[in-house]
Amino acid sequence: MAPSFREVLKSGKFVITSEIGPPKGTNIEKMLHHIDLLKDKVNALNVTDHQSSVMRFPSIGGCLAIKERGGEPILQVTCRDRNRLALQAELLFAYTRGIRNVLCLTGDAVVVGDHKAAKGVFDLDSTQLLRAIRQMESGKDLGGNDLDGAVEFCAGAIVTPEANPIEPQLIKFEKKIEAGAEFFQTQAIYDLDKFAKFMEYARKFPVKILAGIILLVSARMAKYMNENVPGVFVPQNLIDELTAAPKGEALNKGIEIAGRMIATLKKESMCHGVHVMAIGREEVVPDILKAAGLAT
Amino acid sequence: MKSITKQKPFEEIKQQLEGLDRVYIAGCGTCTTMTKTGGREEVLAMREQLQKLGKLVTGWIVIPTACDEMTEVAIKQNNGALQNATCILVMSCALGVHKLSTYIDKPAIPALDTLFIGVEDGPGCFQEVCAQCGQCILGETAGICPLTACHKGLLNGPCGGTNNGKCEVDKEKDCAWTLIYQRLKERGRLDLMRKYHSPRDYNVAPRPRMIRIA
Repeated sequence: MAPSFREVLKSGKFVITSEIGPPKGTNIEKMLHHIDLLKDKVNALNVTDHQSSVMRFPSIGGCLAIKERGGEPILQVTCRDRNRLALQAELLFAYTRGIRNVLCLTGDAVVVGDHKAAKGVFDLDSTQLLRAIRQMESGKDLGGNDLDGAVEFCAGAIVTPEANPIEPQLIKFEKKIEAGAEFFQTQAIYDLDKFAKFMEYARKFPVKILAGIILLVSARMAKYMNENVPGVFVPQNLIDELTAAPKGEALNKGIEIAGRMIATLKKESMCHGVHVMAIGREEVVPDILKAAGLAT
Repeated sequence: MKSITKQKPFEEIKQQLEGLDRVYIAGCGTCTTMTKTGGREEVLAMREQLQKLGKLVTGWIVIPTACDEMTEVAIKQNNGALQNATCILVMSCALGVHKLSTYIDKPAIPALDTLFIGVEDGPGCFQEVCAQCGQCILGETAGICPLTACHKGLLNGPCGGTNNGKCEVDKEKDCAWTLIYQRLKERGRLDLMRKYHSPRDYNVAPRPRMIRIA
C-alpha cells in the first residue's frame, strides 16, 4: 500500500502536491482525466472547494474520484458555505470514505464569485475548523456530544508568506499551528529570497511547509496577479522573461520558470515540498515536474 | 448613533403604490433628516415626484422621531389628511415603518431601505461599527469589532484576502484585522491578537430578540 500523505510528510522527502479544479456541471470527464494524469506523479491532490466562490462540483466528489482511482486526496474545506453542523457532517462522511487529509480554509468572500447575492456563512473560521477536527478526533463534536466513531485527519492550512503587513498573517499562522495544523500550502511565491526569509521564521515550528507554485502563462497574467491577487508579487525579472519569450512560447517559458523554482527550492532544501497550481492548465503539470527534474 | 438608510429606486416605490392613489408622506426629523433621505427637503421632493405620477398627496409630515412614542401624537394631529389617504409612504428607517404600522390601519409603505446602524466618522461618512451581537469583544480587539468591520466576521485574525491593509471585497475598505493589529501593536498588546476565540454563540439572544426591563 502506498504510504499515507502524513507518512510522506514525516518521511523527510521533498513533497509534491497539486490540485484539481472540479467542473461547473456534471461533465466530470476532464476532471477524471486530470486525476489520472497526475495521481501517480504527486504525493497528494487537493480538490478545490468552489474556488473563488464560483459554484462547482463539490470538493468531496472530486476527492472520492481520486480515492476510487487510487490517488491520495486532500479535501479542501472552506467555511464560506456551511455552518458548523454541515462542516462536521462533511468531515464524518469524508472519513468513512477513506479521505484522510483536509486543508482548512476560511474561503473567499461570496461577492467575488458568481453567486454574489448568496449568504456567506463563516460560522467558523479556518482556525476554529482546525480545532473542530482535533475535537472530533477526541470523540466529541463541537456541541460537546459523544461521537459514535471518531475521525482522524492529517490537517493543513494556508499561509501567505508575502502578505503586507506580514505580522498579522504570522500571528494567524501560529494560531493555526496551535489549533493543530500539520502542514501548510502557501500562497504563490515567486521571490525566493523573500521566501527564504519566511522559511527562516517558519522552520522554528513543527510543521511542513509546501511552497505554492502558480504557473505563469503570460506576462499579462503576472501583471494581473501583481495588481489583483493579495500577497502575490511576481518580480520584474520574471515578467521580463515572459515578455521576451517568442510568440506562442510564453506558456513554455512559464513551465520553465515554475520548474526552475521548484528545482531550486528542492536543491537548496528551502522548504519541505511544493504545491503546484496550474489553474486550468493541469495538463502541463507533468511538464513542470519534468522541468524541475522531478518526473518519475 | 444613526439608522442609515437609502431611498429605494423610484420604480420600486411606484410599483408598491400601484392602485394606491391618495398618499400621505411621513418623513423623520432624526436619522433620515441627518442622512438626507427622509427630511423635509426629501419629503417635498417625493411629493413632487408623486404628483407628477398623478398621485394625490393628501398631506405630509416630518415626525420628530418616527420610532418613538411621539409618532402616535404627531400622526393624530394630522388626522384629516391621513384619513383622506389610502396609504402612508414612510421616509424613515424601518423602525419608523414598524411603529407607524402599529398606529395606523392603512398600508405603511417604506420609501427607504434600512442599511445599518452607524456612527458618523467624518462629515457625511457613516460607518457600521456594531452588529448588536450580544457578546461584546471590543475589550480584546482595541475597540474595533471584527464581527462587524471584517467582511467575513472573522474572530481569529485576518484572512488571506487582505492586501496592504485593505479588504478583498473592496479596495476602499480597511481590513478590520489590520486596524486591530496596528492599534494593539501601538499599545503593546499583541498578546490579545494571539488569543484564540472559540466559535461564537449565535443564539445569545435568539431571534426575534426582545427584552422586558422591569
